[in-house]
Amino acid sequence: MSDTHAESVAFVRESVIPPAPPPARETGAVRWLRENLFATWFNAILTLVALYVLWVLLSGLVPWVVNGTWQGSSLAECREILQGNGGGCFSVLRERWPQLLFGFQYPDYLRWRPVLAFFLLFVAVPPALFIMFLPRWTLIVTAIYPFLAYWLIWGGTILTPLFAALGFLAGYLAFSIVERRGFVLGLAAGLLAAVAVWWFGGLLAGEFPRFARLEAVVSRAMGGFMLNLILGIVCVSLSLPFGILLALGRQSRLPVVKGFCVVFIEFVRGVPLITLLFVANVVLAFFLPPDANFDLILRVIIMITLFASAYIAEVIRGGLAALPKGQYEAADSLGLDYAQAMRLIILPQALKISIPGIVNVAVGLFKDTTLVSVISMFDLVGMIRGPILASTAWAGIYWELWAAACIMFFTVCYGISQYSQWLERQLHTDHR
Amino acid sequence: MAMTDTDTATPQMEISDEVAIEIRNMNKWYGAFHVLRDIDLTVQRGERIVICGPSGSGKSTLIRCINALEEHQQGSIVVDGTPLSSDLKNIDKIRSEVGMCFQHFNLFPHLTILENCTLAPIWVRKIPKREAEKTAMYFLEKVKIPDQANKYPGQLSGGQQQRVAIARSLCMRPRIMLFDEPTSALDPEMIKEVLDTMIQLAEEGMTMICVTHEMGFARQVANRVIFMDAGQIVEQNEPEAFFRNPQNERTKLFLSQILGH
Ligand SMILES: Nc1ncnc2c1ncn2[C@@H]1O[C@H](COP(=O)(O)OP(=O)(O)O)[C@@H](O)[C@H]1O
Ligand SMILES: [Mg+2]
Repeated sequence: MSDTHAESVAFVRESVIPPAPPPARETGAVRWLRENLFATWFNAILTLVALYVLWVLLSGLVPWVVNGTWQGSSLAECREILQGNGGGCFSVLRERWPQLLFGFQYPDYLRWRPVLAFFLLFVAVPPALFIMFLPRWTLIVTAIYPFLAYWLIWGGTILTPLFAALGFLAGYLAFSIVERRGFVLGLAAGLLAAVAVWWFGGLLAGEFPRFARLEAVVSRAMGGFMLNLILGIVCVSLSLPFGILLALGRQSRLPVVKGFCVVFIEFVRGVPLITLLFVANVVLAFFLPPDANFDLILRVIIMITLFASAYIAEVIRGGLAALPKGQYEAADSLGLDYAQAMRLIILPQALKISIPGIVNVAVGLFKDTTLVSVISMFDLVGMIRGPILASTAWAGIYWELWAAACIMFFTVCYGISQYSQWLERQLHTDHR
Repeated sequence: MAMTDTDTATPQMEISDEVAIEIRNMNKWYGAFHVLRDIDLTVQRGERIVICGPSGSGKSTLIRCINALEEHQQGSIVVDGTPLSSDLKNIDKIRSEVGMCFQHFNLFPHLTILENCTLAPIWVRKIPKREAEKTAMYFLEKVKIPDQANKYPGQLSGGQQQRVAIARSLCMRPRIMLFDEPTSALDPEMIKEVLDTMIQLAEEGMTMICVTHEMGFARQVANRVIFMDAGQIVEQNEPEAFFRNPQNERTKLFLSQILGH
């Protein structure tokens, strides 16, 4: 420029450079194609190969979907309708849809109950997931939901879930009253109060089994995608708090607590889930008295929860380790006690860091609920493998059923993943 | 720095006979490493003490022992009449009376400035939320950032964050404030705003122990400057005498290094 004097070291700017707009980006479809798909000859080859693969896939998939039929009530009828036009036989989905959803034993005139429970889920879950936009009291809806859903799906007298809920409430109240005298004392009082209420509720429910009664459905009758959803939702919700406790316990200064947590986590992580399920199925039943009505679903829930909480504990431990020591020190120096520091300072930050890992475990866990099909429970996969494929009408039909199963699982898992990414953006407050 | 107006109010008069902190024969080890050796220190109420010394000499460890962020193995520490022992009740009591500011501020990044300031009063002092917020706004005004109350720490400059950290401590109404190099993580132009806040605090008679290398601040505010090296108190004196006429060789060397350029 004219006002710089290149020959001298000293430099004083005499004119201010006015801001200029950035150079206009060249646009146009052809240009985009050239830059993104055909930039070099190697890129061009890759693009052509990709296009070919896409073509092969679509030329199989599109006729299968478009020419497919939803009519007919057996594979033979279906083939007749299709007459070899390459279409899919989606009639199996239409005909067996209730079985895919509920299993083959859930009484069909009661199916409105799990359906209602499912739709209530969309009322009960938002307070937990979107609490930052809703008043706090809405969490009551979330808290009531598990007991209501149990009553709807399993039926029986309302006294059972009612007193289960009251037990938790009594435990919480007793804890918060006694806690001032010490945390451990509070825990003991809470536990005592809860057990007392549950015991009383058990007596009462035994005494009046017909009080506000819905027709009871046994656990063995649960099946289909409903079973996957029940196991997935219950186990994820339970394994999160247990995972947090295990992660904190692993950091504890008390050797007994720490030792227990380490051994538990390492043991559970070192064992395949499927063996735990077999344990739930066979061994627990062997140890328990034969008339003990220890529900199979409950046993499976316990096993999957133990399994998932070990993984979640490790994920959260990573989050805890990522926090700078200064956060603990600041909390300490302000006089917060251990429980307060964890609840208000440490866990909110550690959990936020751990969201991707937790979601990873949750999605994995949800898909792993299909493993119950190997201990002769008829979840979605169990239904397809068992009753449907074994039936004379539909033996030999695979693609349609497995594609449907994939889509159902994918829908739920993709939803979870999208939610977690949204949540991460919402919690992005540290502007690092 | 504006020395003139504060110089006239030489702080000597405000110091009471009451003892705020008494440390006797205190020793601390990290494993086999003897990090604090035979520390004896008495701080009167209203006294302002500046601690300086080379890096690794144990300054941070010393003031962190005072609110039990570190535990000591020998000797006694009595804060406001409460002996520091392994008794959790005493530790909680001392921590709620002693405020602390850290080199890296240690604000809670997931909470707003206001929430940072109200958290401990609400949960530790059990003060109603409304009242805690009023107190917080009072102190935020005092450190001159009330307009940032609803931002998150990550949106503030370093100097602002440190002032919030000071306000956060003050909201607990502490009787003693500890500062661990509050300005050494700051850009030069932000140091003054934090020091001004600390000077204001000193003028109000707060008992303070500051680890800092800001010698201008020490001259203006301190009643006493303590020099530490290798885990020991090597020299202490009134600031004028300390800077004009250091006795120990190590003090001289240290002062020539930090004042030399
Ligand atoms: N947690 C710890 N474990 C072991 N050694 C430590 C620990 N913290 C500090 N030290 C050592 O103690 C000495 C004093 O540290 P510190 O009090 O932070 O020094 P200063 O604040 O004066 O720079 C240093 O040599 C440091 O390496
Ligand atoms: Mg230090």
